[in-house]
Amino acid sequence: MLKDITLGQYFPDDTPVHRLDPRTKLILTVIYIAALFMAGSVGGYVLVALCLAAAAHISHIKPKALFKGLRPLIFLIVFTAIINLFFTSGEDYLLHWRFIKITYTGLKNAVVMVVRVMLLVSGTFMLTYTTSPLSITDGLERLLSPLKKIHVPVYELSLMMSIALRFIPTLIEETDRIMSAQKARGADLETGSLVERAKALLPLLIPLFVSAFRRADELALAMECRCYNGGEGRTRMKQLRMERRDAVAFLLSAVLVAGVLLLRRFGI
Amino acid sequence: MESVIEIQGLSFSYPETTVPALRDINLSIGRGSFVAMLGANGSGKSTLAKHLNAILVPTAGRVLVDGLDTAEDDNLLSIRRRVGMVFQNPDNQIVANVVEDDVAFAPENLGVPSEEIRRRVDSALRQVGMYELRMHAPHLLSGGQKQRVAIAGILAMEPEVLVLDEPTAMLDPRGRQEVMDTVESLCREQGITVVLITHHMEEAARADRIIVLAGGQVAMDGTPREIFPQAEQLKSLALAVPDGTELIGRLNAAGMDLPMDALTDEECASVIWEGLCH
Repeated sequence: MLKDITLGQYFPDDTPVHRLDPRTKLILTVIYIAALFMAGSVGGYVLVALCLAAAAHISHIKPKALFKGLRPLIFLIVFTAIINLFFTSGEDYLLHWRFIKITYTGLKNAVVMVVRVMLLVSGTFMLTYTTSPLSITDGLERLLSPLKKIHVPVYELSLMMSIALRFIPTLIEETDRIMSAQKARGADLETGSLVERAKALLPLLIPLFVSAFRRADELALAMECRCYNGGEGRTRMKQLRMERRDAVAFLLSAVLVAGVLLLRRFGI
Repeated sequence: MESVIEIQGLSFSYPETTVPALRDINLSIGRGSFVAMLGANGSGKSTLAKHLNAILVPTAGRVLVDGLDTAEDDNLLSIRRRVGMVFQNPDNQIVANVVEDDVAFAPENLGVPSEEIRRRVDSALRQVGMYELRMHAPHLLSGGQKQRVAIAGILAMEPEVLVLDEPTAMLDPRGRQEVMDTVESLCREQGITVVLITHHMEEAARADRIIVLAGGQVAMDGTPREIFPQAEQLKSLALAVPDGTELIGRLNAAGMDLPMDALTDEECASVIWEGLCH
């Protein structure tokens, strides 16, 4: 059933990492990515990888889950590796057979790029694994709120995002219903060539869109009835508050950056 | 009774139509009363409801809420805060992913301080009996529960009037019962004025006053005991009468002489019993 699709990749739990303020986690992710790109030595990558492993351990995220997140990106990773392996110019040949040239620099670049992409992707997955989509939206809204001064509709954007999240299960249910209705009228959605199946989707999509627009209309009316008036002058029931653990997390991330820079300086 | 909403000479036509949807309506809705609005499809009852909180404004005449004219833009938020509205489909009224966040939506819009929002949300959820499920995702609730969350979302504005546009139309009998019990207790215990638009006679029978609309005009107006015995007129307006009234009407047509003002099944049974004893 379509209903069984899990939304996002959030693993609910109650660990120190889960309890961090979403703003902290968003900033830490950015710092993590920066550290990853500043690392210029084997030691640096090992340190970043250790950090990731420690965070995963504390938040009870299994390594398997982290690797699973990489699966859709295998093509990209392999592609990056091949490009670097075969198309790095240089004279330090490791292998030179007819037109195939593999240089030592190329091999090194390939390994570094693969490690980088893997660490980058699994690091950002740590954010979505430990933070609910709603808290991410909330955190983003508050982090970006200074942009309101230059008239970026931050509140409206985050409301759009959370309404979209809210309506995913409703629309999935609706799709299920329309599918059954079309099947009951003899529609064949499962067999045939790719083109035929794509065509068969059309009678599914059109009613879905019509109903989504109708819902949008009604929701807008209901929101007006509840005094929705844009982001101006709005207050919040739940205030985000930075705790001591957020300070500790920032301190640790500073140590990570310093470590990466030191290791790079000494070329370890 | 002091009135909370005054409708004076209200007429309304939708843009680009020639037939008016509402024609010269004069009504006054008493504070704390429970008013049911009946009418066949297209009789104008939803259109009238939308005038009560300035979603629509009159083409002619005026609507006053607590003395505030709905046609004035400056009054818009004060009127919507006073007159809350609940619609038919609960799915399309819920904004947030968590029950309590959804209930907080209206007071957040009104700029209420956060501790006060917390208090209002908890109290609104208790009033509709959904406090235990406050952390749930709305799409996992039953229809009746969702509709009660939608009502709580309005109650958190602390309104004086609750307008419900066929709130039970998409619910099963149990959900309908839950919602109607909630609505009735809000009126009787909290003193909130209720305007209920419905197709169900059993629901209308619980009200203090029934207004029947037909062709954009008020066709009948009175207490359920005054309205229901006029079975012929109700039928001519394409409305049903409650089963009990229907039964007594047929018994009378078959030669019995029973009073027509029984509202509930129990009253109907005792009326027939007494009729048989005499």
